[in-house]
Amino acid sequence: MDRRLFLRHAALIGCSAAASPLITPMAFASAPGDNRLVVIVLRGAMDGLDAFQPYGDPDLAGLRRTISLGPDHGALDLDGFFALHPALSGLMPLWQAGQLAFAPAVSTPYRDKRSHFDGQDMLEAGTGTDAPIRNQTDGWLNRLLQQMPDQSSQTAYAVGGERMRILDGAADSMSWSPRSTLNLSPQAERLLAHVYHDDPLLRHSSEQAIAIAEGLSPDILSEGRMSEHLELARFTADRLNRETRIATFSISGWDTHAAQANTLKRALTQLSEAILTLRDELGRNWDTTTVMAMTEFGRTARENGSAGTDHGTGGAMLVAGGAVCGGRVLGEWPGLAEGDLYAGRDLMPVRDIRAYAAWAMHQKFGIAKSTLEGAIFPGLDMGGDPRLLA
Amino acid sequence: MLPQGSIHDGARRMIPFDQLAAIRLGFGLSPRQALPDTPQALMAELAASTRAGELTTDHVSTIIAEGRDLRRAFRNGDAAAKEPLRVHRRQARQRFHAAFRERVARAVDAPSGLGERLVWFWADHFTVEGADIYQDLLCETFVDEAIRPHVNGRFAQMMFKAETHPAMLRYLDQVRSVGPGSALARRRPAKGFGLNENLAREMLELHSLGVGADYSQRDIEQLAELLAGLFYGPKQEKLFLPARSEPGPETVLGVEYGTEGRGRLQDIRAVIDDLAVHPATAAHLARKMAVHFVSDDPPTGLTDRLAAAYLESDGALAAMNRVLVRAPELRDGFRAKMRQPSDYIVAGLRALGLTGDDIRALDDRQTRVNLIEPLKLMGQPWGVPGGPDGWPEDAAAWATPQGLAARINWSMATPRRLLDRLPDPRDFAATALGDTASEPLAWAVPKAESRVEGVGIVLASADFNRR
Repeated sequence: MDRRLFLRHAALIGCSAAASPLITPMAFASAPGDNRLVVIVLRGAMDGLDAFQPYGDPDLAGLRRTISLGPDHGALDLDGFFALHPALSGLMPLWQAGQLAFAPAVSTPYRDKRSHFDGQDMLEAGTGTDAPIRNQTDGWLNRLLQQMPDQSSQTAYAVGGERMRILDGAADSMSWSPRSTLNLSPQAERLLAHVYHDDPLLRHSSEQAIAIAEGLSPDILSEGRMSEHLELARFTADRLNRETRIATFSISGWDTHAAQANTLKRALTQLSEAILTLRDELGRNWDTTTVMAMTEFGRTARENGSAGTDHGTGGAMLVAGGAVCGGRVLGEWPGLAEGDLYAGRDLMPVRDIRAYAAWAMHQKFGIAKSTLEGAIFPGLDMGGDPRLLA
Repeated sequence: MLPQGSIHDGARRMIPFDQLAAIRLGFGLSPRQALPDTPQALMAELAASTRAGELTTDHVSTIIAEGRDLRRAFRNGDAAAKEPLRVHRRQARQRFHAAFRERVARAVDAPSGLGERLVWFWADHFTVEGADIYQDLLCETFVDEAIRPHVNGRFAQMMFKAETHPAMLRYLDQVRSVGPGSALARRRPAKGFGLNENLAREMLELHSLGVGADYSQRDIEQLAELLAGLFYGPKQEKLFLPARSEPGPETVLGVEYGTEGRGRLQDIRAVIDDLAVHPATAAHLARKMAVHFVSDDPPTGLTDRLAAAYLESDGALAAMNRVLVRAPELRDGFRAKMRQPSDYIVAGLRALGLTGDDIRALDDRQTRVNLIEPLKLMGQPWGVPGGPDGWPEDAAAWATPQGLAARINWSMATPRRLLDRLPDPRDFAATALGDTASEPLAWAVPKAESRVEGVGIVLASADFNRR
């Protein structure tokens, strides 16, 4: 069967029974609702061709010698064409339960310079190439927030020590690291409020810090130290089980220029464990949750001279959650033949990664397409419904 | 020429030049230091920062080789190697802690700290990161060997030393890059040797021209071919191994480097010399310096003067430094910048009256509790910025609720651990902030319930968090 036809076919049968009618914007007029969206930014450019190995593509073997070796070397077959990297094997039950999907060849509009920093800025800004990336000051999750009626400062959370530009912007949101604490005497709290009063930035941060620290439940604090990605996922789930509906954090360690067989394992394991922690800690709320893991760009189709890969263009996006219409591959496969590659070296992106985010926001939060293609992702053409969500 | 004596801060108070310079360009006030009170005195301070420390790359190479031999012996079944290996690892970790304390101590002991600030700034420009303990140690010798000697010297020399230093070669994978047409690749085709573009890309994007400049993927590939041959091994005497180099000339930004034969180190020096004096590099460095020292959104007048001074002097950092210490923009943007956590902690140690020797005398546990762990919680784990673009500059990146909470905690908890007796908070406000304390702070400090909280409020204040 023609590969492209096969993918379309899979998409058609995937979740037709589970698909629910689109909820209209009116349903959300009073509250952000019960749906939850988590965006995990994978900083450093994940190699999608190794995470989701297209072992059925006849050109893969000629491009890679020590990585993306397929089911014969421990990867888990997904659909007869793609195989899951062994370090993601913990996610296999999600795939089988229809709670995991991936788009193998997507990208932002960013092209050619292949800079991590500009690539991440563009991914988080959610804009096109018409304006200089460094002039972007707000992120697309914040613009989403601005479109949600009756959102509160708790609706959206950036979790972890790292700045999340994706949530920067005019709408009020929270940020906190699960490792942080703050214990002040009432008098010190009052005096600090006074010394921060004339400094809007520090006043805002200190008010948030005090409010969050006072509201932390003891069970989030009392456990011993665990790995950071688990803490991030656990704290994120804790917030999502309360008022928060949009959360974001990042996982680093994807820049696998060398010895990728070893270096990618760690990052993939962290991603897998973070997603499984979210599922476990969210309990029933997992059913209304969509997790999107996005990276700034993919990596070179060809393995480099040091058993790694260099910065590329098309890459993979992972989607997981109880709300996902999963167990399938999203979108078309561009192929790896010489003429199929972008600039003769990178996987060709077949769809704008923002289109998937836009469709998810359309379906989960009832945001109108015109708003998504205007205010939130200026200039985006959402295209057809990828049937991302159940 | 900047008016001598004192200048206006935009409000009613007049801030003397020595305080302005120490806060904006240095690590803040210290009761132990006579602050430089003229631009000339600030420039005179720089020479002390060019002196290297005791730990050298040769020394670290010996440590790396020793560790390699011990691990090999242990793997081959020599059980007697276990204890020496443990001692070796502990000693290496202790050396790293000592090197870290030395970095902090030098900043604490400097008159204003401008020289050390420049060292930290350029070390961040040429970011190298730790991974294992050996790389941690090389990152410290990198600062001493590639950065320090040149902070008031020529950028091209700093760039050449930085790009060819073992810490950089390891960090940006240059040690794994082999010319596809090199003697080594032809001799062992089964190994699949090839180029790694990482260092070449960051040399153009981050270290010289800047990402907005007019260069292409082709320039990166050609530069990567030119760089092939650079190599580091702990028992390797030479920096450049011709057998790994790509034969033939390469063209970067339209200029041809090298010959038909094997690559040479001098070709790499030549391309760096040209990149260093490129107008795009001047603009990139000028903006970075202005952003770091003056404002997240610096006035173009300042960036233009910095860039012009750099270009006119063929890439002399001293020329930029001279513009910086005389810049009238220093007073316009007073407290526009948020102190980065490492900068903040050093300023706190100075204000508390500690000396460099007090810092050197901390044991490893005290170093972790008072310095290393707090830096992590404030969002700046020492030596690991998380990417070759270094630490962020904008205030919002540092003034997160979690970052500020960590600063408040440090302010309340650390002074009493480091000092036998805390100062009167009112006196401490004057020591830490001189004539720059704001009215809200002056109002709040006397109302604190204890010395601990009074001192803590000064250190946690908006005044002290900014520069």
